[in-house]
Amino acid sequence: MPSIPLARAFLGLGACVALSFPAMADDLPESIRIGYAVSDTGPYAGGAGTTITPNYKLWVEEVNKAGGIRVGDRQLPIEVVAYDDRSSSEEAVRAVERLINQDEVDFVLPPWGTALNLAVAPVLHRAGYPHLAVTAVSDRQQDLMDRWPRLFFFLSTSSHYAEGIVTMLEELRASGEIEGRVAMVNVADQFGIELANAARALLQEAEFDVVYSQSYPPGSQDMQGIINSARQQDPEAFLAFSYPPETIAITDQAQTLGFNPPLFYTAVGTAFPLYKSRFGDNVEGVLGIGGVDTDSDVMVDYIERHTEMTGQAPDLWASAPTYASLQVLQQAIERAGSIDHEQVVAEMENGTFDTVLGEITLDGRAYWEGWQVGQWQEGVFRAIGPSDREGAAEIVLPKPDWR
Amino acid sequence: MAFLDALLNGLTLGGMYALVAMGLTLQYGVARIMNLSYGEFLIAAAFAAFWLFQVQAINPLLALVLVVPVAFGANWLIYQIMLHPLVKRSRDRGELEVNSILATFGLLFVIQGLVLLLFGSNYFSYTYISNVFIIAGSPIAADRLLAVAVAVVLGTALYLLLMRTRPGTALRAVSVDPRAAQLAGIDVRAASAMAFALGGGLVAASGVLVSMFTTFNASMGVVFTMKALIVVIMGGAGHLMGALAAGLILGLVESFVAVYVAPGLTLAATFALFLIVLLIRPTGMMGRAGA
Repeated sequence: MPSIPLARAFLGLGACVALSFPAMADDLPESIRIGYAVSDTGPYAGGAGTTITPNYKLWVEEVNKAGGIRVGDRQLPIEVVAYDDRSSSEEAVRAVERLINQDEVDFVLPPWGTALNLAVAPVLHRAGYPHLAVTAVSDRQQDLMDRWPRLFFFLSTSSHYAEGIVTMLEELRASGEIEGRVAMVNVADQFGIELANAARALLQEAEFDVVYSQSYPPGSQDMQGIINSARQQDPEAFLAFSYPPETIAITDQAQTLGFNPPLFYTAVGTAFPLYKSRFGDNVEGVLGIGGVDTDSDVMVDYIERHTEMTGQAPDLWASAPTYASLQVLQQAIERAGSIDHEQVVAEMENGTFDTVLGEITLDGRAYWEGWQVGQWQEGVFRAIGPSDREGAAEIVLPKPDWR
Repeated sequence: MAFLDALLNGLTLGGMYALVAMGLTLQYGVARIMNLSYGEFLIAAAFAAFWLFQVQAINPLLALVLVVPVAFGANWLIYQIMLHPLVKRSRDRGELEVNSILATFGLLFVIQGLVLLLFGSNYFSYTYISNVFIIAGSPIAADRLLAVAVAVVLGTALYLLLMRTRPGTALRAVSVDPRAAQLAGIDVRAASAMAFALGGGLVAASGVLVSMFTTFNASMGVVFTMKALIVVIMGGAGHLMGALAAGLILGLVESFVAVYVAPGLTLAATFALFLIVLLIRPTGMMGRAGA
C-alpha cells in the first residue's frame, strides 16, 4: 500500500509550506532583529567600548522599555544579535555576512572606526542594507557615498575638523591673542594623517609659522621626545592629531614636563570620560575634537541617561551622534511603516529627525553640522567651534597652568 | 638641552624595556618556553595594580608586594601543570618551541578573556605620582624614574642570584644545556619551573610599574610581548645582561631618533637595529655562536 505513505508525505509537505507562509502573509515578524559586530577585543576595543557599545545597549533598552518600534499599527520589540569582530577586518566582514545570511537580521548596526566601516560597507551594500557609518571619518566621504548608495555619514570629513581648529587659530591671531607660532604632531594612521595634511595645508595658506611638525607611529606611548622638541620651539599653539592612548600619554607627559602652551589641543580621546577621570582639574582649558552644547536640554538629559544606564559617561564627541543615528533609524522605520530597506533609506535621506543633537537632516546622506572644536571648561567639554554657531561657548585662553 | 633631554628620556625608556624583557629572558632562555602570553601577564598585573589602587587604595609599590608573589605562584603552577607535560613530550628544543608557542597562544586568550570579563574593553589609566625631577635643567617624570630604579634593583638582585648563588648557577647550567645539567645532578624540572615562575614574577612587577604611567586596555598585551621578544632575541636568549643592554640601546635609539631625526621613524629605527644585530650575530649580542 504505497499510497498512504505518499499521502502522508504530501500532507507533511503541505504542512511545511503552510508553516513557512504565515510570516509572508503578515509580512511582519514578532520583533525587529538588529545585529551588530563591534570590537569587544583587540586594539579597537577601547574606542568601541567607550563610544559604540554603551549607546547600542542604551538605545535597545530604552526602545524596548517603551514597547518597541512602531511599525504600522504594531509595536515591535528589538531583538539583538551581537558578535565580537576582534578588531579585524576579515572577522568583521565574516560577522556581518553571518548576521545577514544566517541570523537574517533586519538591520545591521555599524562597527567602530573608519577601517572596519569601510571593510563591511561592500557587504552591506551587496545585501541592500542601509549602513549608518557613524564613527567613520574620511576625506573620501563623497566618493564612498557615490559608490555605496545606502551609506550614511555622521561625523563629516577629516578636513572639516582641521578647518575648525585652523579657523579658530585665525580668529585668535586676528584678535591679537596669538602671533601664530604653531607646533603640530600626528599619529601616522589614516585619520591622523588626513587631519594633519589638511591642517598643514590650511596653516600654510593662512601663513602661520609652523615651528614643529612631525608624525609618530600608532601605539607610541613615549611622547617625551616630541614634547621636549616642541617645547624648545616655544609654540603658542600645540596641536596633536592623536588617538586615545596617545592623547592620554601626550597630556600626561606635557604635564610632567611642564609644557603648557597657551593653546593645547589633542584630538581623539580628549572628549572621553577617561580623560576627565584621569586628569581631573587639569583638563581645564584643553581643546579637542567634538564638544557638546550644554545649553541643550535634550543633550544634558542624554548625558544623564547614558551615565545612569551604562555606568559610564558618554564620549562627548561621537557618542551623541551614535545615539542620534539610532534615533534616525527608528524614526525612519516608523515613518516608512515598514522594515523594507529601500523605504527606510528613502525616509532617512529626506526626513528631518528629532534627536539628541536637536533637529537634524541627513542632507546628501551626511550630517554636516557636528561641532568641530571643543574645550574643557569648568569640568565640561563644551563646544566652541564653529564659533558663530548657536550654542558655541567662548574659547578661554590662555590655558591655565597644569596643577 | 635637547641632548640631555634625549639621553635621560632614552635611559628611562630603555630601563623600562629592559625591565619588561627580563622575565621573558628567564622563561625563554632557561625554561625554554616561548611564552606568547607574556604580555597578557603584564596587562593582568597592570589591572591588578589599578584595582588595588582605585578600589582598595593600596599604592602601586605595596601592590608589588602582593602581586608579585601571586604571579610567581601562578606561573609555577602553570609550568608544573600545563607546560611540563610539553617539555616531557618534546624530543628537541625546536619541537618544544613549537609546542610552547601553541600552548601559550591559547593561554593568551584565556587571560585576555578573564581581564575583559572583569574590566571590560575600555582604556584604563591612573595617577600615582605626578612629581618631576629636574636633572641639569632637564625634567624627568618621577614615576618613570621610579620604574627604572626598581628595574635596576631587580636586575642587580637577579644578576647576583644567577651569578653568586648555587640555585642561580643551576639555572645557568640548565640554560646552557639541560641534558648535561641533569647529568651533573641538577633537578632540571625544578630549575625550569623556578625560572618560569621567576620570569612570571618579574613580568608582574613590570606590569605594576608600567601601569603607573601608561594607558592600557585588556587587548594591549601583544604590544609588550613584541617589545620583550625583540629585546630578548637581540640580547641573546637567557642572557640577563644581554637583555639589559639591548633594552637600554633600543630606548636610547628611539629617543635620539625621535629628537634628532623624526618621531615617525622610531619604529623603523628599532627594527633596523634589530635586523643589523641579527645579521651580524644571529644568536643575539651576548648569545654564543652556534648555541
